[in-house]
Amino acid sequence: MNPGGGPELSPWERAVLAAEAFALAPVGCGIVVRGRPGPVRDAWLRRLAAALPRAAPFRRIPASIADDRLIGGLDIPATLKAGRPVAEKGLIAETDGGVLVIAMAERLPAGVAARIAAALDEGEIALERDGMSMTSPARVGYVALDEGADDEEAPPPILIERSAYFVDLDAIAIRDADDGADDQDPGARTEARARFDAMPEDEAAMKALVGVAASLGIASLRAPIYALRCARALAALEGEDAIGRRHISLAAALCLAHRATRLPGADDEDDEPPPDNPEDDPPPPEEQEIQQLEDVVLDAAEAAIPLELLARLKAGAGARARAAVQGKAGDSQISTRRGRPIGTRPGHPREGRIALVATLRAAAPWQPLRRREAGPGDARRIHVSPDDLRIVLHHEKRGATTIFVVDASGSLAMHRLAEVKGAIELLLADCYVRRDSVALVAFRGKDAEVVLPPTRSTARARRRLAGLPGGGGTPLARGLDVAALLATQVRRTGQTPFIVLMTDGNANVGRDGEGGRPKAFEDALDASRKLFAARVAALAIDTSPPSRLRDSAQTLKIAEAMGADYIKLPIADSARVNAAVRLSAQRLQG
Amino acid sequence: MRQPYPFSAIVGQDEMKLAFLIAAVDPSIGGILAFGDRGTGKSTAVRALAALLPKIKAVEGCPYNCEPSSTAGLCRACGDEGGKKPKATLKPAPVVDLPLGATEDRVVGALNLERALAHGEKSFQPGLLAQANRGFLYIDECNLLEDHLVDLLLDVAASGINVVEREGLSVRHPARFVLIGSGNPEEGELRPQLLDRFGLAVEVRTPQDVPSRIEVVKRRDAYDRDPDAFLEQWAPAEKKLCARIVAARAHLASVATPDAIVESATRLCLKLGSDGLRGELTLIRAARALASLDKKHEIHEQQLKRIAPMALSHRLRRNPLDETGSSARVQRAVEEVLG
Repeated sequence: MNPGGGPELSPWERAVLAAEAFALAPVGCGIVVRGRPGPVRDAWLRRLAAALPRAAPFRRIPASIADDRLIGGLDIPATLKAGRPVAEKGLIAETDGGVLVIAMAERLPAGVAARIAAALDEGEIALERDGMSMTSPARVGYVALDEGADDEEAPPPILIERSAYFVDLDAIAIRDADDGADDQDPGARTEARARFDAMPEDEAAMKALVGVAASLGIASLRAPIYALRCARALAALEGEDAIGRRHISLAAALCLAHRATRLPGADDEDDEPPPDNPEDDPPPPEEQEIQQLEDVVLDAAEAAIPLELLARLKAGAGARARAAVQGKAGDSQISTRRGRPIGTRPGHPREGRIALVATLRAAAPWQPLRRREAGPGDARRIHVSPDDLRIVLHHEKRGATTIFVVDASGSLAMHRLAEVKGAIELLLADCYVRRDSVALVAFRGKDAEVVLPPTRSTARARRRLAGLPGGGGTPLARGLDVAALLATQVRRTGQTPFIVLMTDGNANVGRDGEGGRPKAFEDALDASRKLFAARVAALAIDTSPPSRLRDSAQTLKIAEAMGADYIKLPIADSARVNAAVRLSAQRLQG
Repeated sequence: MRQPYPFSAIVGQDEMKLAFLIAAVDPSIGGILAFGDRGTGKSTAVRALAALLPKIKAVEGCPYNCEPSSTAGLCRACGDEGGKKPKATLKPAPVVDLPLGATEDRVVGALNLERALAHGEKSFQPGLLAQANRGFLYIDECNLLEDHLVDLLLDVAASGINVVEREGLSVRHPARFVLIGSGNPEEGELRPQLLDRFGLAVEVRTPQDVPSRIEVVKRRDAYDRDPDAFLEQWAPAEKKLCARIVAARAHLASVATPDAIVESATRLCLKLGSDGLRGELTLIRAARALASLDKKHEIHEQQLKRIAPMALSHRLRRNPLDETGSSARVQRAVEEVLG
């Protein structure tokens, strides 16, 4: 299938074309490159660098970059030397006129992404730090190197939103990735740039791309704007003076396909009226032509939707999967509570990190006096005495993450599951008040899964909970294992995990996924002991019906093995459940 | 810096535009929160507002934009002139950006390092709060801002005075500004006590119909390609809108507030169970500003209805588990109370 009418492109050719189009006009947008580090990615980056103007900076920034390097601040060595404040530019400003290369973009904190985004949108970067105030030009674009292993790992949404292009290098073999050393000369690119700037307005292209974006369920209007820019760049690269149909199709494939949240025609009727008039009288010929064009372009975009995204969209889950990715990036930013500097105090660097700016400020008023005292023989520009030393204070508060481990098996009959859900909702409300994070692990059938990674959005937790299916065996051990793993991860981010287990204790599927009650229970006990050894605080809520004494006894045993508090749901009303959780949580924090 | 995109050229987004205009007419409304999708022109609208606002008369050289004709609320320097009439100058109304990553010393102001290092002088270097006096302070992605900075901002915004006690300095200066926060709820929710501090809250969505979407792209494209021509094309509309703001400001004090309207507002707030009196106050003030923009002599129910969602939806005592849109709840209450 080749709806564009041009020659069929291999994945590598397509990736290179995206690089060329991006390099022609990179300012204010970006390109996401998915793929592991390796020769293919290196070859692609070389092609991109070659396509950029000669003098354009091409700077790599690490995901963990701190504000003083990213945005700039007080240049301490220069300040000390000069005896007056000297500002230092950050990486964004230094890259003006070029491209930022963001390594491991999937690990980029949302805050850093937001700072880069501000520069992209404004074409300049404002520095308001350390007593400095200045604005520097920052006409930059970026390459986000996404090494995420799965869908849950993706660059922050702020960055995704400004990514005009998406390139997947994972499926490309090394032998296909050529360096293209004998490529066109730089003069041709300069000409292409001039043609790009002079390209006339093209209403048909605009309408087609906006229409296609709407058909694919792309909410953001940045997408069609970028696609239009891409079509223009493609035309300019080919030596054309106006956008052709082929360029529009290709632009849709390069810029729109990966943003699709639904397949065209899936449920157009419910969401919005179809782009053209459904009345009987035929639209004017001009409109017809645009409609025709739109269909062709839509085909091209559809053909370019990445396979796994296509599969998800077909399952009707596109939007949800994206939402999961979006939430995650934001949460990790907000939960980075560890060591937030909140101020400074006098102290010795032995006791903490020295706060240079504050130290300088403390020393500043004394300078003339000290200079006079030291006499003319002293060549020091700034006289700092031990009294001036300031150290950074950190905010020590650690947040808690409540991990709900929910039994969604068949033994927990449907109406009981509804009760459990109700109880969790109450607990969620409490978490909301305390501003805790929540996570959700569910086990049923043969395995357990993290239904919701730690988030502060209780609304999302509730949505996930409502959509939780029930039925199947009770792999309690797997559930506890997954919870233990999650608890370790939570701890690594500096948060304190707290597990709330809700089960009827009726384990009948072991760790290996095989049935058999005695083995399953043994495994569950073992998993519980591991949690105890890992010193994860827990609360077990027994949801077995009052008539099933055996199950109750089992849940109690599990709770004991975990060192968890134990309460029984039918007896405990919601208020008491809440009180128990609060008590456990308090003990944990105090 | 290039000229911002014209305010009048923004397609749709009527709620957000109205909220901005209301705050431009009556800054005592409190802040504005614009929450919603990405790529909906929140930042564009704020930048546009900066270009649209009528110029202000300020004391020349005053870092706090003190108003020359007023006697109260002046900064120390302008207040100390001893009856001498300070020299006035016209300057653009400040719309100050608070970039993420700004440090506290730049926000509130701090010891002037340069003067201190070079001359051993203890002097105050005003921060962004000073610059924003009598204007707007904009925070993009405000849910990503450090909590302690947000608290500080809200505190100053509420009192109108910035008190600095640090590094041996003791400074008070006027800092009356309208706080505009924007953000995306997917990035993390705002604390309820913070929400309540904003006067108006609008939810921003991407236009859903294809013709307006095409119009957005078309105008954006035209602006990107030839900003000067685009600005010229929109200059008359901008001028008209600016004149409307000026007229509405002058007219504001003479807009009457009938008792029946106050009663309706109170009943509406009671119905919704919004805490405190802030809801009623904002509702009345915003409705008055709207009436003034509409050249009415008194507030009508029509204005109340139009304002209610943006003035109240974020003040409802929130049930975190109930997702029924709060705007829908306000709408329902409006229908019940006002018919």
